[in-house]
Amino acid sequence: MNMTAILFKRELRAYFATPVAFVFLVVFLVLCGIFSFQMGGFFQRGQADMVSLFRSLPILYMVLIPAIGMRLWAEERRSGTIEMLMTLPVSTAQAVLGKFLAAWAFTGVALAATVPLWVTVNYLGQPDNGVIVASYLGALLMAGAYLSLCACFSALTDNQVIAFVLSVMVCLVFTLCGTRVVIGYLSGLAPAALLDLITSLSFMNRFDAIVRGVVDARDVLFFLSFMALGMFANVVIIDRSKAR
Amino acid sequence: MSVEVKIDRLCKSFGALRAVDDVSFTVHAGEVLGFLGPNGAGKSTTMKMLAGFLPPSSGTAQVCGFDVIEAPLEVKRRIGYLPEGAPSYAEMTPRGFLTFVAHVRGFSGAEVGRRVDAAVAATSLFDVLDQRFETLSKGFKRRVGLAQAILHDPDVLILDEPTDGLDPNQKHEVRGLIRRMAEDKVIILSTHILEEVDAVCTRAVLIAEGRIRADASPAGLLEMVPSANGLDEVFRALTLGPEQPVTQAHTPVEPSA
Repeated sequence: MNMTAILFKRELRAYFATPVAFVFLVVFLVLCGIFSFQMGGFFQRGQADMVSLFRSLPILYMVLIPAIGMRLWAEERRSGTIEMLMTLPVSTAQAVLGKFLAAWAFTGVALAATVPLWVTVNYLGQPDNGVIVASYLGALLMAGAYLSLCACFSALTDNQVIAFVLSVMVCLVFTLCGTRVVIGYLSGLAPAALLDLITSLSFMNRFDAIVRGVVDARDVLFFLSFMALGMFANVVIIDRSKAR
Repeated sequence: MSVEVKIDRLCKSFGALRAVDDVSFTVHAGEVLGFLGPNGAGKSTTMKMLAGFLPPSSGTAQVCGFDVIEAPLEVKRRIGYLPEGAPSYAEMTPRGFLTFVAHVRGFSGAEVGRRVDAAVAATSLFDVLDQRFETLSKGFKRRVGLAQAILHDPDVLILDEPTDGLDPNQKHEVRGLIRRMAEDKVIILSTHILEEVDAVCTRAVLIAEGRIRADASPAGLLEMVPSANGLDEVFRALTLGPEQPVTQAHTPVEPSA
């Protein structure tokens, strides 16, 4: 068996071996429901789409993905199992990739649990299923990007609370940095080129475009390269933390 | 490829603290080397560097001809390592954990079960195989750590306090296990228990403040401090006193068959 696959399986099982997975899934679905039906006006809008769910995902992910990612490395460091893991014939890159993919797959499981809503929308009307599929894939990519950030913060500390709080902070920055409020505030202070750069880093703006049905290869590439960069940083952090 | 561990002028600093300072020795197959010293002497740090977890600040080590810095994965394949405190994943059972380790060690198919069964039998883990690791007693946790270290029948075993937390019967069993495996392997174990040195080791290296204070057979250790009555007093004399030059260079001891 491939080494990354072995680590992936162990890690994914670990989520389901404790109540963590079930607590997370329940909380995620309850919040999805509140955002879609209460705040998003799923019925009142009278449109057969899932925009009310997808619009709320960046906000949900901003808080919930750190909850998945915080344990990735901090737990191993706290319990000392990282010494066990890194003295097996496993490279740091394999360990980082296996752990990341497991956590990412778990966010996929959570996302898949919202499929009944998709079925409902199809029962009630004729939605543009192409856009919905694109939104699901976009959501998965965005989750991966958040997760790669959180994994880095988890690798920096042996304390899961610190990993969580720092992750939420930085996820907040990447979620909101392109919104009108932030850009409006900065417009008097920063040059236009910098504003463009800040706007281009916004997860929310890019994901919104996908939800509206505008699938741009640049947005996909953005999320993919964000993940790659995050994992690379993760490898560097783990190697350096051992070198101390 | 000869089975040996060669440590060459190994140093490790943490900030201003010199945890391991110019440590060199070579261990051959058949030797059981007891690594002694007070807490904080640098035993664990040296073992972590050998196992490829910590990179040395300077100097290096070779395991069966492979350098820990240049070929860490080759080194890790040949080593069985029991880390300090025998950590394992809290939510896993010994069966699940050992199966995971067997897969990582490259075994597949029926061989996985055979390896796990053999390691379980050698460490008497059968009764707790399906209990979560976090619910096990300290002695069983230690034995799970030992089981994963010997699972792939490695050439080199590095065991950080393998008998810590075991009751006298378990200690006896583990020492027997170590003696049985010693014949064609290099075994390096750290311990606080001096009787253990007499019981299983063919050679003792005593370090304090990161430096080697003595490198001799257990009997040779006693001769180094003629006034001492037993290993306890030798330990005190060599680790508390001002540093003396290593008075008796190590002469390779033939392992007693």
